Amino acid sequence: MIEQLKIDFEKLIKNSNFSKKNVEIKRKSFHNFIEKGFPNRREENWKFSDLNQIISKNIKNLSFYNDLSKPNKIDQSIFIDGLEHNKLVFVNGRIEKIEFDYEEKNKIEILDDLVLEKSNDDNNSLLSLNNAFVSKYFKLIVKKNYSLQKPLVIYNITNKDLVSKSINLKVDIFLEENSSLKLVDFSDDKSNTNFINVNYSFDLQKYSILKNYKIDNNSNNNIKYYFNYISQEINSVSEIFLLSSGSEFIKNEINCNLRGKYSSAFVNGIFILNKKKHHEIKTNINHLVENTKSYQLIKGVLEDTSKAVYQGKIFVDSKAQRTNGYQLSKAILLNDNTEFNAKPELEIYADDVKCSHGSASGSLNEDSIFYLMSRGLNYNEAKKLLINGFLLDVVEKITDSEIKNLIKNIMSLKQ
Amino acid sequence: MREKEIDKLKDYKYGFTTDIENVRAPKGLNKEVIEYISKAKKEPNWMLDWRMKAFERLKILKEPNWQKPKYPKIDYQDIYYYSAPKSASEKPKSIDELDPKLLDTYKKLGIPLQEQQRLNGIAVDAVFDSVSVATTFKDKLNEVGVIFCPISEAIQKHPELVKKYLGSVIPLTDHYFATLNSAVFTDGSFVYIPPGVRCPMELSTYFRINASQTGQFERTLIIADKGSYVSYLEGCTAPMRDENQLHAANVELVALDNAEIKYSTVQNWYPGDENGKGGIYNFVTKRGLCKGINSKISWTQVETGSAITWKYPSCVLQGDNSIGEFYSIAITNNYQKADTGTKMIHLGKNTRSKIISKGISAGFSDMTYRGLVDISSKAKNSRNYTQCDSLLMGNKCGAHTVPYIKNKNPESNIAHEATTSKISEEQLHYCQQRGLNPEEAVGLIVNGFCKEVLQQLPMEFAVEAQKLVGISLEGSVG
Repeated sequence: MIEQLKIDFEKLIKNSNFSKKNVEIKRKSFHNFIEKGFPNRREENWKFSDLNQIISKNIKNLSFYNDLSKPNKIDQSIFIDGLEHNKLVFVNGRIEKIEFDYEEKNKIEILDDLVLEKSNDDNNSLLSLNNAFVSKYFKLIVKKNYSLQKPLVIYNITNKDLVSKSINLKVDIFLEENSSLKLVDFSDDKSNTNFINVNYSFDLQKYSILKNYKIDNNSNNNIKYYFNYISQEINSVSEIFLLSSGSEFIKNEINCNLRGKYSSAFVNGIFILNKKKHHEIKTNINHLVENTKSYQLIKGVLEDTSKAVYQGKIFVDSKAQRTNGYQLSKAILLNDNTEFNAKPELEIYADDVKCSHGSASGSLNEDSIFYLMSRGLNYNEAKKLLINGFLLDVVEKITDSEIKNLIKNIMSLKQ
Repeated sequence: MREKEIDKLKDYKYGFTTDIENVRAPKGLNKEVIEYISKAKKEPNWMLDWRMKAFERLKILKEPNWQKPKYPKIDYQDIYYYSAPKSASEKPKSIDELDPKLLDTYKKLGIPLQEQQRLNGIAVDAVFDSVSVATTFKDKLNEVGVIFCPISEAIQKHPELVKKYLGSVIPLTDHYFATLNSAVFTDGSFVYIPPGVRCPMELSTYFRINASQTGQFERTLIIADKGSYVSYLEGCTAPMRDENQLHAANVELVALDNAEIKYSTVQNWYPGDENGKGGIYNFVTKRGLCKGINSKISWTQVETGSAITWKYPSCVLQGDNSIGEFYSIAITNNYQKADTGTKMIHLGKNTRSKIISKGISAGFSDMTYRGLVDISSKAKNSRNYTQCDSLLMGNKCGAHTVPYIKNKNPESNIAHEATTSKISEEQLHYCQQRGLNPEEAVGLIVNGFCKEVLQQLPMEFAVEAQKLVGISLEGSVG
C-alpha cells in the first residue's frame, strides 16, 4: 500500500497547482501518515474498531488519487424535498454546486484558496492523510450578527463511478459574533467500498449558535470517518445530532472545546444498525473555563450481527469550576450476535462540578411487550412501538422543529 | 533528630522500622537469585521449574505503560528479592519461640499474635518481608480440616493441591508483574477449605515490608471446595523510607460449586511523605475464579496507602449462576496516585455482578476508577450493576472514571452509573451548626459516602477502616 500511496501522492502534487507553502505542509502530513499508517486497535482511541483491519478486509486496492478535472452530474432527486435550503454539493469529492439563494450575499463568504494549517493533532494519522490528499479546502464565514434564513445542507454524494477510492474533504466553518447557522450533513452513496475521510472544523465566536445535523441513513458499504473539531467562545451554543445508520462502517469523532464562559455543547446520537454494520461515536468534551455545560445522549438499536461503540469523554480542567456535564448511553440488543461497547469516561480536576454518566444495555422489556400485546398489537408492532419510543426520546432533543420533522420522516417515526 | 523522628511518626504510625538481623539473597534478578529463593524455601524441583518458566517468559514481556499514574523506571536489578529475619531461618515450632523483637513489631501494629489466640478468634498468618513468621490457631482449624499455612509450607506438604491450582487463575504468562511474581514470589498464605465446611473463624494475613530496598512478592492461593465458605482478611503496612519500594503480589481465588469466598483488604502501605517522596508501589494482581455453579466471590477493599496503587481485583464468572461482587473505597491524599477498579468477566449463564466503587481524592492526588464489564455471547441472562462515585476535595486533585462496558448478549442487562461531586456547603453548614468542627463534619460526611462499602467489611476491620478513612484525610480540609 505504501508504494501506491507514494505514486498517488506525487501524481496529486504534479496534477494540481498547490502553492509552495501548501506542498510543504502536505509533504509533512504525508510523511506522518506513512509513518503511522491507518490506526489499529493498539491505539486506545481505536480499541473497539480496528480501522486498519476493517479497511484491508473491505477494500481491495485502495487508491488515493482522485481525478477531479471532470465535472460530475448531480442527481437532482436526492435533494431534500419540502425544505427550503441552501446547498453545497460534493459529488465523488468534487465540489459541484454552491448555492445560497436565500441569503444576503455580503453576509456570507466562501474561501477556497487557503493555506493549509499544520494538523493540530499529529497523533491522528487520519487527519494527516486528509491534509496530504485534500485537493480544495473550503472555509465558510458567517458575518457578525447574521443568522442564515434557511438551513444549509452539505450533500456528500458518491455515485457508481467511484470504486475503492479514498476521498478526503476538509471544511472550516467560522461563525462570527452573534451569528447562527443550521447545518445539515446529508450523505447519499451509490458507490462501493470507498474510504471517505471528512475533516470539519467549527469556530464559534461570542454568542454564536451552531446546529449541526448529520444524517447517514442510506445503506451502502463505504467506510467513513468524520472528524469534527469545535471551538467555542463566550455564550456560544453548539448542538450536534447524529443519525448513524447507513454506512458499513462510520466513526464520528467530536472534539469540542469550551473555551468561553457560559458556553454549552449538546451531542445527541442514534444508532440504527443491522447486518454486519459497525458504527462508532467518540466524543471528547473539554471544559476549559468555568460555568460551562455539556449534555450527551446516545441511543442505539442493534440487529443481526451489528456492533456499536460509544466512547465519550468529559474532561474538566482545574480552572473549570461550576461545570455541568452529563452523559447517557443506552442500547437495545435484538439479536444474539450484536454487540454494544461503551467507554464513558470522566477526567476531572476541579472540585465544584456536577458530572455524571450512565450507560445501560440489554434487551427489550418483555413485560412491556406483553402489555402492548394484551391490548391487541402483534409482536412485531409492539416491538416497533417500543423501539420508536426509545429512539424518539433523542429526536425530541432537536431544537429546530422543521429539521426535527424532517428527521422523523426519514426515520419513519410518527407520534 | 529524635523529635523529628517522632514528628514524622505522627503522620503514619506504622512508619517505624524494626532492627532485626536479616538474611538476604544477593541483589538483582537472575537465575541464581531464583535458585537461591527456591533453595531457601526447600522447594521441590517442579516448583523451581515453574519459577524458571516464568523467568524465561519475563524476558520477552514488556512492562505495561497504559496506566494513568506514571512512575520513574524501576531498576529490577537494584532490588533484594528475598529478605528474611535471621531468627526465622530455624523455624520456630510455636509462637513462644519467636524472636521477641518480631512479636513487639506486631504488637506495635496492633496484632499481638499471642493474645490473639485467646481474644477475638481470628486466625492470623503474619508475613514479615519475605517469610511467613507465625500462623495462629492452627490446631482449631485442623480439627475441621481447614488448611491455613504459609504457601512455602503448602508446597512441601500439599503439593497436589498447589500443583493443581497455582497459576490456574493467573497464568504464568499473564502480564509483566504477575509473571515477575511467579518467578520470585517468596511467601504468602495458602488456604484450603474442604467440601461442605464453613470456616469457623475469619482468616487473616498481615503483611509487612521491613528491610530497605526490598520488594515484597507474596502469593496467596485460596481454594474453597464444594459448598464451603471462608472469609479472609488482609492488611499491610511498611516503614517510612525515602525510596520507593515495589510490592507486586498475586492473589488467586478459586471457588468450586456452591462455595463462597469473601476477601477483604485494608491496604495501608506507606504512602510517601506530604511532598510525594518515597512510598510503596502497590502493583498487585488479584483474580478470583468462580469455577463451579452457584459460587460467589466478593472483594472488598479499603485503599488508603501506597504512593501508587495499581490493581484490579477481578472475577471470572465461569460457573452458571455464579456471583461476583466488588466493593471499594480508595482514598488518595497529598501526591498519592491510584488507578484501581475491577474486571467482571461473565462467561456462564445467569451470572450476576455488582460493583460499588467510592473514590475520594484530596491534596494533589490523582484517582482513577478503571473497570471492565464483559458479557460474552454465551452468558445468557446475566446482569451487572455498576456504581462509581467520586468525591473531590480542592481543585488540585483529579478524579477520573474509565469504565469499559462490553455487551455481546441481548438477554443480559448492564447498568452503569457514575457521579462526581464535592462536599456541599449546605452539608458542612448543617453539621457545623450542630456543633461539629469542620474536620469532624467532613469525616462524618465521608463516612456516610463510604458506608455502603464499609458495611461489607467484617466488624473488627470495619472499625479500623473507618478510623483509617479519618486519618487519611486529616489536613485536607482548609
